[in-house]
Amino acid sequence: MSAITDNARTRTIVTGAALDREVHAGTRRGEQLVGWAFLAPFLVAFVLFLVWPVVHGLYLSFTDQSLTGAGGAFIGFANYAEALADPIMWRSIGNTLWFTVASTIPLVLIALLMAVLVDRGIPGQWLWRLSFFMPFLLASTVISQIWVWIFNPQIGAANAILEAFGLEPLAWLQNPDTNMNAIIIATVWWTVGFNFLLYLAALQNIPAQQYEAASLDGAGPLRQLWSITLPQLAPVTVLIVMLQILASLKLFDQAYQMLGGVASDTTRSIVQYMYEAGFVGYRFGYSAAISYVFFALIIVIGVAQALITRRRKEQ
Amino acid sequence: MATVTETLVNPGVRAGRKPGAKPFGPLRILAFVILLLLAVGWLLPFLWAIATAFKTETDAASGEPTWIGATGPTTEAFTAILSQGNVYLWALNSLWTAAAVTVLTVAISALAAYAFSRLDFRGRRWLFVVVIAAIVVPPQALIIPLFYQMLVFNLVDTHWGLILPQIVAPAMVFILKKFFDQVPIELEDAARVDGANRFRVFWSIVLPLSRPILASVAIFVFIGAWNNFLWPFLVISDTTLMTLPVGLQTVISAYGVQYAQVMAQAVLAALPLIVVFLIFQKQIVKGVATTGFGGT
Repeated sequence: MSAITDNARTRTIVTGAALDREVHAGTRRGEQLVGWAFLAPFLVAFVLFLVWPVVHGLYLSFTDQSLTGAGGAFIGFANYAEALADPIMWRSIGNTLWFTVASTIPLVLIALLMAVLVDRGIPGQWLWRLSFFMPFLLASTVISQIWVWIFNPQIGAANAILEAFGLEPLAWLQNPDTNMNAIIIATVWWTVGFNFLLYLAALQNIPAQQYEAASLDGAGPLRQLWSITLPQLAPVTVLIVMLQILASLKLFDQAYQMLGGVASDTTRSIVQYMYEAGFVGYRFGYSAAISYVFFALIIVIGVAQALITRRRKEQ
Repeated sequence: MATVTETLVNPGVRAGRKPGAKPFGPLRILAFVILLLLAVGWLLPFLWAIATAFKTETDAASGEPTWIGATGPTTEAFTAILSQGNVYLWALNSLWTAAAVTVLTVAISALAAYAFSRLDFRGRRWLFVVVIAAIVVPPQALIIPLFYQMLVFNLVDTHWGLILPQIVAPAMVFILKKFFDQVPIELEDAARVDGANRFRVFWSIVLPLSRPILASVAIFVFIGAWNNFLWPFLVISDTTLMTLPVGLQTVISAYGVQYAQVMAQAVLAALPLIVVFLIFQKQIVKGVATTGFGGT
């Protein structure tokens, strides 16, 4: 925002406040009610469908509540003790963390590559945007179907490509050594477009004068990329990495559907384990405890990110 | 913010203007080739799915890597899918529930955002902090207590049970509040001097001015609701009430080996959103920029 509009804004705030005093002197109480009236519909939904579930979920995690309605007795920390000693829970946390690292790196780097290339002003902007972003619009069911088909060991395109390069065909989704990689490849294809658009927005916000000045100083395109573009993208990169890590930690849809709903030790995410404990094993209390472990994981990683970002800024 | 989105929706204006990029320099040709390879890589899976949808089951299962099957293109997979009947119903369910989620989310978020931005009431500050803090709560972590709640309210296996838990979007309140903060206050003051009450000012002045951001938020909420899988999958088990993603998932589990039909379903399910994208491309691109920067 420019200095002129900033001034205008300060001025209008002042007149607004003065007006409030003149016109509404003595209607303070009315103003209070209007505020709450505007807020009421959201607040009701917020308390009912967010605050209450957060609190009630915590309570459930200390009970042996079952989906069938049986149980419900307070059992203290038993669910948490069980979860922390449960190898499947640790395995699903491990899978989730591995997926998060292995998907975030290509999802940031490929998006950056796409955006930098598109921003060079190459004709066909519309086509690039459509190709890279369209998969993001598809439902997880659709992308799972497409990629199960591609990874089909007998007739899928993935093995046709491997064979074209003289490589051994793989049993992709059927083999525990490769099924998570198949899910990561599908996920990168599916969601990279969102990061690509964020990078593109940030790139197009870099003032052209900086490039012009660098150009006059004799800096070539690669030098400009290294000394202007990449440093200017640092803040948006922090944002994208943060959003991506939080999104990847929530892995469920594609991992569940690409394996046809079958649980696999190498692809079971923490959300999937939560689902299995609650809706397959009928153990609501235990599932709620796992969801709080998941919640804790998100908060720890979020706080760690915030601390790292702040330290970077201070330096 | 405004500058970010405006330049983003019109990148063609900048095309070719980047200094140091000669019209046909070797780097530009290299960039073009890499982009082309990436675009092919990104389009190919989808084109392959479309091609398969137009094959007979025999051709689809033959494994021959050809675009057109030996028997030539046919729409029999589509006919087979559409004759099952439920697909239309699921599409309708998806449309109505996603539209309801969108309207309710945008309405309650816009009212709340306006209250946080412009109205003076006690507790405004700390309440806003609570709402913003709620952005970090992953919806997936709430499936157990929410399902329990739907059991209590008798909303399991109903569309309201599917819709209501999806309408709380603290991030959207945050984005809309940031926008309302920038609307010039003189316009509102003039109307208020003329005797308009707060709601009238909100309805006839603020909302019309906010049309672009409302459109971006609405499209984003709609896409999210249309594609949502986990919650509709848990709360709906009646086949006639299912949304498209959940309905298709059940069919695939049942007839997973009919490849042409599975791909025809994928294409049919993707079609509405591709049409939405082609129509609302600008708002969607803008929406990613604003909602992304808003910190969803």
